[in-house]
Amino acid sequence: MTETLPMAGATANVNLAGLTKNDYRGAPTTLCQGCGHNSISNQIVTALYEMNIVPENVVKFSGIGCSSKSPTYFLNRSFGFNSLHGRMPSIATGALFGDYHLKGVGVSGDGDSASIGMGQFKHIMRRNVNMVYIVENNGVYGLTKGQFSATAEKGLSLKKQGENPYMPIDICMEALVSNATFVARSFAGNPKQVKELLKAALSHDGIALLDIISPCVTFNNQVNAYHSYAWGKDHEEPLHEISYIAPRNEIMLEDEMADGEVREVAMHDGSVVILKNLEKGYDTSSRIEAMRVMEEAQRNAWMLTGLLYLDTSKPNLTSIYNLVDTPLNRLTEADLRPAPKTIDRVNALMF
Amino acid sequence: MNKVINDFSITVGTVNGSGSSTANNTILRAIFKMGIPVSGKNLFPSNIQGLPTWYTIRANKDGFIAHHEKRDIVIAMNTNSFVRDLASVAPGGAFFYADDIKLSITRDDIAVYPMPVKAIIRNDPNVPADYRDLVGNMVYVGVLAHMIGLDMEKIYSALDFHFKKKQKPIDMNFNVVKAGVEWAKINLEKKDPFHLEPMDKTEGMIMADGNMAGALGSIFGGVQFVGWYPITPATSLAESLNDYLPQLRKREDGKHTYAVVQAEDELAALGMSIGAGWAGLRSMTSTSGPGLSLMTEFAGLAYYAEVPVVIWDVQRIGPSTGLPTRTSQGDLTFTYFIGHGDSQSVILLPGDVYECFEFGWKAFDIAERIQTPVFVLSDLDMGMNQWISKPFQYPDTPMDRGKVLMESDIEELKGSWGRYLDKDGDGIGYRTFPGNKHPLSSYLTRGTGHDEYAKYTEESGMYLKNMDRLKKKHETAKHYVPAPVLHGKKGATVGILGYGSTESAILEAQDQLEKEHRLKTDFLRIRALPCTKEVDTFLAKYDQIFIVEMNRDGQMAQILMTEYPQYAPNFKVVAYGDGMPASAKWVREGILAKYKAKKAVKKVAAKTAPAKKKPTARKAVSAKKASAKKVTTKAIAGPKSKTKRK
Repeated sequence: MTETLPMAGATANVNLAGLTKNDYRGAPTTLCQGCGHNSISNQIVTALYEMNIVPENVVKFSGIGCSSKSPTYFLNRSFGFNSLHGRMPSIATGALFGDYHLKGVGVSGDGDSASIGMGQFKHIMRRNVNMVYIVENNGVYGLTKGQFSATAEKGLSLKKQGENPYMPIDICMEALVSNATFVARSFAGNPKQVKELLKAALSHDGIALLDIISPCVTFNNQVNAYHSYAWGKDHEEPLHEISYIAPRNEIMLEDEMADGEVREVAMHDGSVVILKNLEKGYDTSSRIEAMRVMEEAQRNAWMLTGLLYLDTSKPNLTSIYNLVDTPLNRLTEADLRPAPKTIDRVNALMF
Repeated sequence: MNKVINDFSITVGTVNGSGSSTANNTILRAIFKMGIPVSGKNLFPSNIQGLPTWYTIRANKDGFIAHHEKRDIVIAMNTNSFVRDLASVAPGGAFFYADDIKLSITRDDIAVYPMPVKAIIRNDPNVPADYRDLVGNMVYVGVLAHMIGLDMEKIYSALDFHFKKKQKPIDMNFNVVKAGVEWAKINLEKKDPFHLEPMDKTEGMIMADGNMAGALGSIFGGVQFVGWYPITPATSLAESLNDYLPQLRKREDGKHTYAVVQAEDELAALGMSIGAGWAGLRSMTSTSGPGLSLMTEFAGLAYYAEVPVVIWDVQRIGPSTGLPTRTSQGDLTFTYFIGHGDSQSVILLPGDVYECFEFGWKAFDIAERIQTPVFVLSDLDMGMNQWISKPFQYPDTPMDRGKVLMESDIEELKGSWGRYLDKDGDGIGYRTFPGNKHPLSSYLTRGTGHDEYAKYTEESGMYLKNMDRLKKKHETAKHYVPAPVLHGKKGATVGILGYGSTESAILEAQDQLEKEHRLKTDFLRIRALPCTKEVDTFLAKYDQIFIVEMNRDGQMAQILMTEYPQYAPNFKVVAYGDGMPASAKWVREGILAKYKAKKAVKKVAAKTAPAKKKPTARKAVSAKKASAKKVTTKAIAGPKSKTKRK
């Protein structure tokens, strides 16, 4: 059988995997028109297409909520598991043991990850499961029609809900203190940055947390709300511009580096992420620095975007387990059932 | 005095955490090695150190080794339980106690033996001071050995096993046993009737606990993923997997074909296991009731998403604090209907450690065949106590990986397949899993809202169709689950139905009912839900069926009343659960309390005649069948050695 097949009569615009962008698309979205989540789905399609990643090598995961519906809207050719509210991390953790060569792409929301799923969220971070973990963060529960989520800022007013009396949870901070190895924030209204960060996240061997502020056009898009387009556009403070350079494009690096204000970060797969610092030499390898800039941004009401923290030295979860080269889900009885003579050994071990 | 040979109980009262388990296991194993059927049950509190704990051993030449209320020999090592322990000795029994306990002896109807435990241990220069309390327990092993005739060679081999052939601890402990013997020889005069004499009834048998057996069975079933979270009494199942997987699945390249992940809670434990099962691995978790409560939502999802996974529930009493270290059969209805909406589970009910091993590997075959969670309900008594067993048997059937489509299959089907399409008419679809490189192999898994091709839909008609198929799948499961075991008596007039660890108690009660009350019974031990056709036949045969179980409400009875409403009037619920393992006494008394002599029963039967027409017609057939399969019950240590599995 053929290793990878384009879905249908591909003629032009194929990538190095021989696939068209169509091969990366999903079913038509059923989310609201103008929803930031749709824009993110599009960037997922584009990023994977441009990176020449075969859809069969990706597994999609999600929990419950508007964001968690979105895996239906991209990568038709990838397996996917739309699991339970707040439980995407555990499903993904187990599933990726099936074939550790696969890359996970998970889409969750602020309710799914920061409220009901906070426990599992933090534990998948510390386990360094090999997946991109996207939080489509809008500060509100959409499917249940507009309740505050745990990331909504204090004092935010919503129709029917009144004023939010609680302090918010910062997803990037939570990821960082849980020892995540890749922590980034972006804004759905900045598709170029979303795409570049997605590419960097896909190259990362381990958990890559990507908190994307994705305004809810229906329930939380007042001009003064943190998770709104207007606010986001006015207050976005990129840490740095980010360019993703695939391994085969490495030759281009020299041109990019010309202005001298760049920092290269080598990823496991040989690709390079280039960070262009805007104001100061931001060090993505420093947890303390990441904490400091996040704290500063919070105090100044900045929406800090970019790659906040990166550690490429930690092994991912499945590699800790020293698994056989063959995917576990292709092992057969001969690999899995001890030989008949071992039963005597076992019985001899008993009293 | 008439000698009582190989038929008595020994209870040791100690302080939790004082290290008495080595001593108690040594007595148990030595009796076992003497060829005498024996059981040992640890009755312990939810506590690490300090509270009273008891260990009861029952030796019985006829093989009746269920829990027994009567305390023939009591060994008191704990000041705090001394008064209670002394009072608990049956008249004519024997009472051994550590003589540093300065409490008065208030009984004159029993034999009393003080033991200078502290003095003996202090006089042994080979026992370091900080080992004295621990090794001091060996004094009572020695004293008891002399008084009842425990074979010293067998004690040595028990210690040799316990300390994994490490000479230093073996010698240290064995010397204390010998010192106990020497002291007893000189200082004690035998005043009780209890004696052990060698037999040959345990030859070729092994001793093991159910959790270890379940773990080993799972390994022979090819387990690949375990997500678990510690909980008494299931913890040692996962820990046994950690112990034995490296030995039994060792490869030359040193790489692993499995992964065991300790999760952050039971939700994640089952979530991970479902993820792995969905991705094509033989996947399992182990837990107990409270953990199962947390797993409920995921279990329901796995039922609807049709993900194979094995869930061991080592049952115990209650949520939170209370009696978490006491045994129970209290999770049956909860498990059978687990998940929201309509759901019915496939449940395996091992009756002993041999079946814990067997169902350990079988559960994976059934889960992957039916594509559903398979629950294995053991309990604390079976899971954590040492039981005599036939040696574990190598799986007698090759692995059944169920209906799976790989790349070549999809290619052959030209991509035309549907995950939830009932192509074979048995309710089971074909599945693929991640890593399959065929572009038409993938699908997106979700709960109920999908069509036959796994596409999202909220259409009522499609939902109904799917629900009907799931129901059909449950029917199909009947052909794959283990059939019940019948312990028949010729001329039986009533039926007893039980499951799980109560078997030895019921067998003993069956014997007592026949000998002391002239009531002959047939005993069917159910080994799985849904019920196989053998259960239909059995239920149709009797006007009175006693359903015996260790809970308050008669949970198996509830399920059977729903599944077999036509026989419900004949059911008599003998349910009792106080945290203790089942005993013949409560089974027997429970049955006698509800038993109605023949005439009265016939009247009732006549009243319900219409509902019973069909069963009566079947009765003749099944009776003939039963006599053709005549089975004699002789309960010995391995209760099934002379009974037939249908």
